[in-house]
Amino acid sequence: MNAPRPHSRRIFLRRAGLSTLAVSGGASFLTACASGGSDDEDDVSGGGEEQTAENPFGVDAADPLHVVIFNGGYGDQYAKFHEGIYQEQFPDAQIEHEAITDIRQQMQPLFNAGNPPDVLDNAGAEQMPISTLADTGQLTDLTDLWAADALGFEGMTVEETLHPIAIEAAEYADRPYVMNYALQVYGIWYDRALFDERGWEPAQTWSEFMDLCETIKSAGIAPMAHQGKYPYYIQQVVLDLAVKHGGPEVAYAIDSLEPDAWQNDSIRMAAEALLEVKNGGYMLEGTEGLDHIQSQTRWNEHKAAFIPSGSWLENEQAQVAPPSFETTVAPTPLLEGAVLPFDCTRLEAAESFIVPAQAANQVGGLEYLRIMLSRDGAREFTELTSAPTVVNGAAEGVEASPGLASSLALIESGGENNWNYYFRIWYSPMAPKIETAVGELAAGRISADEFCDRCQEAADETAADPATQKRTRP
Amino acid sequence: MQYGKYRFIVGFLIVPLALYGTFVISPFVQTIYYSFTDWTGVSPEFEYVGFANYEFLLEDDLFREAFFNNIVLLVGLPVFTVLLALLFAFLLNVGGTGAGVRGIAGNGFYKLAFFMPQVLSVPVIAVIWTVIFSPESEGLANSFLGWLGLGPYDWLASPSMALYCVLWVLVWGSVGFYLVLFNAAMSSVPRDIFEAAFIDGAGRLSTFVRVTMPLLWDTIQTSWVYLAILALDAYALVFVMTIGPGGPDNSTQVMALRIAQEGFQNGKAGYASAMGVVLFLVTLVIAALLLRATRRERIEY
Repeated sequence: MNAPRPHSRRIFLRRAGLSTLAVSGGASFLTACASGGSDDEDDVSGGGEEQTAENPFGVDAADPLHVVIFNGGYGDQYAKFHEGIYQEQFPDAQIEHEAITDIRQQMQPLFNAGNPPDVLDNAGAEQMPISTLADTGQLTDLTDLWAADALGFEGMTVEETLHPIAIEAAEYADRPYVMNYALQVYGIWYDRALFDERGWEPAQTWSEFMDLCETIKSAGIAPMAHQGKYPYYIQQVVLDLAVKHGGPEVAYAIDSLEPDAWQNDSIRMAAEALLEVKNGGYMLEGTEGLDHIQSQTRWNEHKAAFIPSGSWLENEQAQVAPPSFETTVAPTPLLEGAVLPFDCTRLEAAESFIVPAQAANQVGGLEYLRIMLSRDGAREFTELTSAPTVVNGAAEGVEASPGLASSLALIESGGENNWNYYFRIWYSPMAPKIETAVGELAAGRISADEFCDRCQEAADETAADPATQKRTRP
Repeated sequence: MQYGKYRFIVGFLIVPLALYGTFVISPFVQTIYYSFTDWTGVSPEFEYVGFANYEFLLEDDLFREAFFNNIVLLVGLPVFTVLLALLFAFLLNVGGTGAGVRGIAGNGFYKLAFFMPQVLSVPVIAVIWTVIFSPESEGLANSFLGWLGLGPYDWLASPSMALYCVLWVLVWGSVGFYLVLFNAAMSSVPRDIFEAAFIDGAGRLSTFVRVTMPLLWDTIQTSWVYLAILALDAYALVFVMTIGPGGPDNSTQVMALRIAQEGFQNGKAGYASAMGVVLFLVTLVIAALLLRATRRERIEY
C-alpha cells in the first residue's frame, strides 16, 4: 500500500483552479471571435422625445452623437459646420467627430460588435460594401427623413428638395437607405484658357471630335489622356457614348443584368469609337501605366488636352494646376444616330452617408442628415469643396470656380436626360471584370466584339451566381 | 532543482504561449470555421453552408489564374534570389584576386549597398519601381534603355511583362537579406578549405560549385523555403504597384490579393476564408516537399 502522496490536497486544488481558469478563459476567447455575437434588432433607437415641428424625429437632447467622416477629396470641414448646427439645436449633446481614411478597417469591427457610429460617411477606396450592408438589414430606413420638413425651404419636404438621381441612388428594395450627398458630374475635362488661346471648341459630334483631335495632335499636344491604372475613368467615356446613343435603356439593361445587355449596338459603337482614338494615336503616350495623379498632372501641364474625370477634379488638382488653368467640363460628343442631346451626362450621387441600424442614436443621425440637406448646410459644403450637392438650388450665390460653374451648368442643362448606372455598387464582383475589359480595350489590345463578349460573360456569371442579390431598373 | 522544475518552466511559458494561442492559432482556427459559412464580414448573422465555398473555389477561373501566377513567382523568386545572393556573397568572401583567399575590393560598401532595399518598406519600394517602370519614353527605365537603342516598353502596363516586373522587384528587395545571411555562413567556413581548393588548382567557378554550395547547403535550404513562402504570400507589392490591382488583364493576380478582394470589397468573407485555408494548405505542402527534396547529410567541419 503506497503512502498517500505528499501535498495531494494542494495538488488537487491547484488542478481544480487551473481547469476553471481554462474553461472561463476559453469562453472569453470565444467571445473574441471575429464575427461577434448578434443582438436583437430593436426599433429605431435613441430619442423617445416628443416629435415637434423643430424636432421631427424626437431626438433626445442629451444623447451623444458619433459622426465618422471620410477624410478624402472633400475633407471634413463641412462636417464640423454641420455639427455646429446640431450642437446649437441640442447644446447638451456630446458630439464625437472622427475623420479617417480607412473606413472599412475601423468600422467593420464596430459593425460586427453591434455598436457602429450614428452617422457614417462611407466613401473612399476602403469603404464598406454598401449593397451588402443594405441586404443584411444593417441600415436605417430613411423614409421618415424624406418626409420631414426641409430646413431653409419653406413648405417643402426633404425629398422634394433633392435631385431625382439622389432619390434613385438611395433605394434598395424600393426603400431609401442611403443619403448620397455630393452630385458628381462626369465628362471630359479641358482647360478653357488653353482652348480660347488656340481657338478650339469642344466638339458636339463624333466626326467633329476626330477632326479636333487631329488639330490638337498637329499642335504637338496629345488630344486625350486617361488614368490607365484605374480603368474606371475611361470606362465612363465608353458608357456615356453608349447611353447617349441608345438612350437610358442601355443603362437599365446593364443594371438589371438582362441577357445580351452588353451586346447592345450602342456599346459596340462606343467601344469602336474608343479604339478609333487609340489607334489614331490620339492617346497620350504611356497613359496606360499612369495613375490618376500622374495623368491629371500631365493634363495640367498641357501635355494632353482632354481627360475623363468627375467634378472633384478641380479640387484634387488645386495644388498642382497653374493659376491660369480653367478646369471646365465638356459633355462627351454624340455618336452617329444618338437619341439623347449633347448637353447631358452621367451624374452620380456619391459620398454615401448612412445611419447604421444598430447605432445608439439613430434619430440623432437622421436629424444630422436633415441638417446636412438644409439650404445652409448644403451651401456650406459647396463653398468649401467647390462641388455640387444633391440639394437643388443650394449652390445659389456661391462664388463658382470654372469647374464648379461648368458642372452646375451641365446639371441644369441636362435636366431629365442626365442618367446614372448602379451595377458597380449592386454587383461588386462584376465591376473589376468590366474594368479589366475596358483597360484592354483602351490599350487597343482587344477588338470591340471581344470587349462586348467579355463584359457579357462577366454579367452572365454574376446573373448565375446564387449569392448575388439581383435588382432591376427602372 | 528537481522539485518544482516543471512548475518553473510552465510558469515562464504560459504567457508567451497564451499570446501565441490568441493571436496566431485562434485566427487560424476561426478562419477554418468561417470557411464553412457564408459570412459577409459586416454582419453578425450568417449560416453554415458546408463545403459550398470550396466547391465554388474549384470552378473559380480567377483563382486558378492567381494560383498559376503564384507558381511563376514560386519558381522564379527562390532561384534568382538564392543564385544572386550566393554569387555576391561568394565574390565578397572568396572571389578576390591576388594572394590568399579574400573578397574583392570594396567589400564593406557592397554589403551596405545591397542591403539597402531591406530598410525600405514595401509601399515605398512599390512606388519607386512604379516610377522607374513608367511606360512613357521619358520614364527612367525606358530612357535608360533608349540610350542602348531599345524601344520604349510598357512594363507594368503590358499583360506579358507585368508579372516579371513584379518578380524582379521581389528579387531586388530580397537579395540583400540573403546576401548577408550567406555571407555570415560563408565566413564561418574555415579558410583552409578554400586554400586547399585553390592549391589544388580550382578556379573560381569550380570552387563555387564544388566547395561553397555543398558547405552552405543547410542555409540554402532554409532560404529556399522562406523565399517560396514569400512568393506564395506576395500581396503588398502587387497591391500598390500593379494596374487594377491585379495587373492588366489579371496578369498579376495573386492568391493573397484575391483573398483581400473577395473578403473586403465583395463582402464574401466566408469565401475568402476558404481561399485562405487552401493557401495555408498549399504553403504547408510545398514547404514540406521542398524540405524533403533538398535534404542532404549534414557536413561537419
